[in-house]
Amino acid sequence: MNLGREPGTEGPRRHLSPRDLERFNECVLPYLDAAHNLARYLTRDAHEAEDAVQDAFLRAIRHFGGFRGTDGRAWLLSIVRNTCLTRLRGRPSSGQSVEFDEEIHTAEEGAPGPEVDLERKAVTESVSEALGRLAVEFREVLVLRELEGLSYKEIAQVSGVPIGTVMSRLARGRKQLLLALAPLGPKETG
Amino acid sequence: MLCGDVLERLSAFLDDELDPLGSREIQQHLDRCPSCADELDRMKGLGARLRAEAPYHAAPDSLRTRVSQAAWSDAGRGLDAGRRRGLGARSWLSAAAVLVAVVGGAWLFTSSQREGTMEREIVSSHIRSLMAGHLMDVASTDQHTVKPWFNGKLDFSPPVTDLSTSGYPLIGGRLDYVRGRPVAALVYQRAKHLIYVFTWPDEGALDLEAPPRTRMGYHVIHASHGGMAYWVVSDLNPKELHTFAQLLVMGGGR
Repeated sequence: MNLGREPGTEGPRRHLSPRDLERFNECVLPYLDAAHNLARYLTRDAHEAEDAVQDAFLRAIRHFGGFRGTDGRAWLLSIVRNTCLTRLRGRPSSGQSVEFDEEIHTAEEGAPGPEVDLERKAVTESVSEALGRLAVEFREVLVLRELEGLSYKEIAQVSGVPIGTVMSRLARGRKQLLLALAPLGPKETG
Repeated sequence: MLCGDVLERLSAFLDDELDPLGSREIQQHLDRCPSCADELDRMKGLGARLRAEAPYHAAPDSLRTRVSQAAWSDAGRGLDAGRRRGLGARSWLSAAAVLVAVVGGAWLFTSSQREGTMEREIVSSHIRSLMAGHLMDVASTDQHTVKPWFNGKLDFSPPVTDLSTSGYPLIGGRLDYVRGRPVAALVYQRAKHLIYVFTWPDEGALDLEAPPRTRMGYHVIHASHGGMAYWVVSDLNPKELHTFAQLLVMGGGR
């Protein structure tokens, strides 16, 4: 396996200096687990997640020279996230709503939409199944917030959206997940 | 304040992401409105359920090895390119020579750091064994097989403790060299994580570090007890690793 030598990277570029490597090991590598966990929830596939994380790390290594920040976790996770979404888009029949438009998706409460669908399957669903069924934008913020404990500011950095959007996605994601997990909703009883 | 407005901001309130004024407004409303307070409880419960029930997918060891190796290789190529420029030679380097530069380069600068040298050395040794696929010389879950195996190979008899009843089975051992001396490396397992214990005689006071330090993505704990030094390295989570180290040291007086 020859990880470091990807096609298309033969051009002159700065390799990691020993100091870079040291810094990379200190502030990026420790977040490998977080990266893998995020990728697993975004792609919902063990192999795909591993491949995506590996790709993301190669990109991270390639671009590390330009990384001047201090938050290696948010930096790495944003690369992982983008890598995963790019791969999902390339997937032939994923059936996922990867493109997300706040305008279109912010439907009024009670409107027919994914919520209704979720509600119907509620009874036997486990929390991770329900999470897996959410649109990827909601899944992403829920994983980053609830499993990784990131602040809204950090999530905004990872997802490349304003903090206000993080806030509304989390609110909506939680609402959808609660609906999905609730025992039969009032509309369905009887 | 209306329930509708409160519910919209409840999620941010739960995450402590509202400004103090907004947060106080919500709190005041919650004190008077049981149905909004219930909704907050449901959201809290959801978070707790996610953390308890949604599996956390830690990276497999093989992936950890591959990405560390990719970073090392990249730095190695950088050193190599620099050296070629420095020499001004157009010599073609064989793959073997490049590999030597990679490993040698990474090794040289890791050991050139004064601080945490031992820690680095232990982690490097661990990573090299993973890269080389040389994890164990003796594979056995029986302490009475592993311990005698070291006879005549070391100038001391390493304490080999079976911690399988505590959920950390012994799976084998091998010889290693640390600081120019042969040492015993014992391999334990916890779920899918391997735990390496490097041990040799050392007259340190009873000591167990907490919490584990992190190097290159691995957690490292140093302990000494009963005339032995222990270095424990693993990608297992720090909490369990610390428990393991305690069990090892306390049970390890032979």
